[in-house]
Amino acid sequence: MTHTVKDRVIAILAEQAVMDVSDIRMEDTLQDLGLDSLGLVESIFAIEEAFDISVPFNANEPGKSDFDISSVAAIIAAVESLVSRQQAA
Amino acid sequence: MKRVVITGAGTINALAHDVKGTLAAFREGRCGIGPLEIRDRDRLSIQIGGQVHNWNPDSHFNRQQIVLYDKFTQFTLLAAKEAIGQSGLNFDGHLGYDTGVVLGTAAGGVNTWDENYRTVYEEGKNRVHPFVVPKLMNNAAASHISMEYNLKGPSFTVSTACASSNHAMGQAFHMVRSGMCRAMVTGGSESMLCFGGIKAWEGLRVMSKDACRPFSLTRNGMVQGEGAAVFVFEEYEHAARRGAEILAEVVGFAMTSDAGDIVMPSQQGAARAIAGALRDAGLNPEDIGYINAHGTGTAANDRTECAAVADVFGHHADRLMISSTKSMHGHLIGGTGAVELLACIMALRDGVIAPTIGYEEPDPECALDVVPNVAREARVTAVLSNAFAFGGLNAVIALRQPR
Repeated sequence: MTHTVKDRVIAILAEQAVMDVSDIRMEDTLQDLGLDSLGLVESIFAIEEAFDISVPFNANEPGKSDFDISSVAAIIAAVESLVSRQQAA
Repeated sequence: MKRVVITGAGTINALAHDVKGTLAAFREGRCGIGPLEIRDRDRLSIQIGGQVHNWNPDSHFNRQQIVLYDKFTQFTLLAAKEAIGQSGLNFDGHLGYDTGVVLGTAAGGVNTWDENYRTVYEEGKNRVHPFVVPKLMNNAAASHISMEYNLKGPSFTVSTACASSNHAMGQAFHMVRSGMCRAMVTGGSESMLCFGGIKAWEGLRVMSKDACRPFSLTRNGMVQGEGAAVFVFEEYEHAARRGAEILAEVVGFAMTSDAGDIVMPSQQGAARAIAGALRDAGLNPEDIGYINAHGTGTAANDRTECAAVADVFGHHADRLMISSTKSMHGHLIGGTGAVELLACIMALRDGVIAPTIGYEEPDPECALDVVPNVAREARVTAVLSNAFAFGGLNAVIALRQPR
């Protein structure tokens, strides 16, 4: 695979946010990207489909989830962790 | 304008197959939510629901009926039988022309869709049963009630997601109040507890995996239920003349649209509907003793609903009681307002307020008297029932004790 997890997650978020990939910064929050709750669940769905993983996320308690969505960097790290856990399994 | 009273009630839901059993469960604070018993449950991430157990259609319907009745229709017909039986009305004569059926359902015959999609997609068959369409259509339940009881007045089905039943009952109320109809059979039903019905909801990530805990700080989402509730709304003079037992008077109804977001609720839209129902009923905020909340147990709804109630009622918000019976029967989606109206009738008639069960910890953003965990005796003379649907469509009904 030529693209890294990071590139692919950024591409997914950029598509949802209708932004250029180059405009997305690692420290951006979902709010910075203009993603609302529907944009978030759609992004998570796209991530699950892209990496064939299951993301534990309940919109009612985002803070309690192991899946950190506080920034672009955090989301990438969370996806990398899920992907590596899945490869190990 | 005519006065409108309720002279019959019927239901089937996760708590019981009738009104008496449902009210007993409300009083006991019993939970009807548990592990789902459905096909392919192991492939679902949400595996609980307020399912109707021990449902045996063969003991209520013959073979010719069952091939035409999706489960949502079966539930509706059972509830209608109880309601119309209690009312004592007979529609064989002239009254049949003056009576119709307005019901709510969000999705109609979901089990029929689900089963037949399996047939053609999973099993690869190229033929389905000839009655698939008349079985799954959203108006099937309303039509079968009209046929069963000879109701020849205006009949239709309303579909406004989680507010469907309240919108339907609001229409029935208007039709009797305006003099268009002498009586109306109304309420709603839903039967979405099948693989496809739950899988669709999972996608939104708003469902709880363990319990429905409205207003509790620990709430983590909604839990689906199934079933039906049906009522007979009747013009007051007609009911009084025949000496019918009056369960409650329907005094107000209001509906608003948020015109905002397809899933996120709006405090202002909810508040306008609540205030509108009070105004329509000619009631003051202080007259309301109890509100049956929409109370889905999601973070967004409960917070917004409490803010709307505080907004409309001011200081009185701290004196009234508000509870969500979804904690017991689950969210019946399009049928939920109908089942919840039973808690309103119980409050007015029996002086018992149904509790919000599963309540663990106060949420400062839901700082109202939510009648936690245990039913309460209280005298109330007027009540509201809230319903706030996806799509921003709000419908609130006001009832009071019969005068």
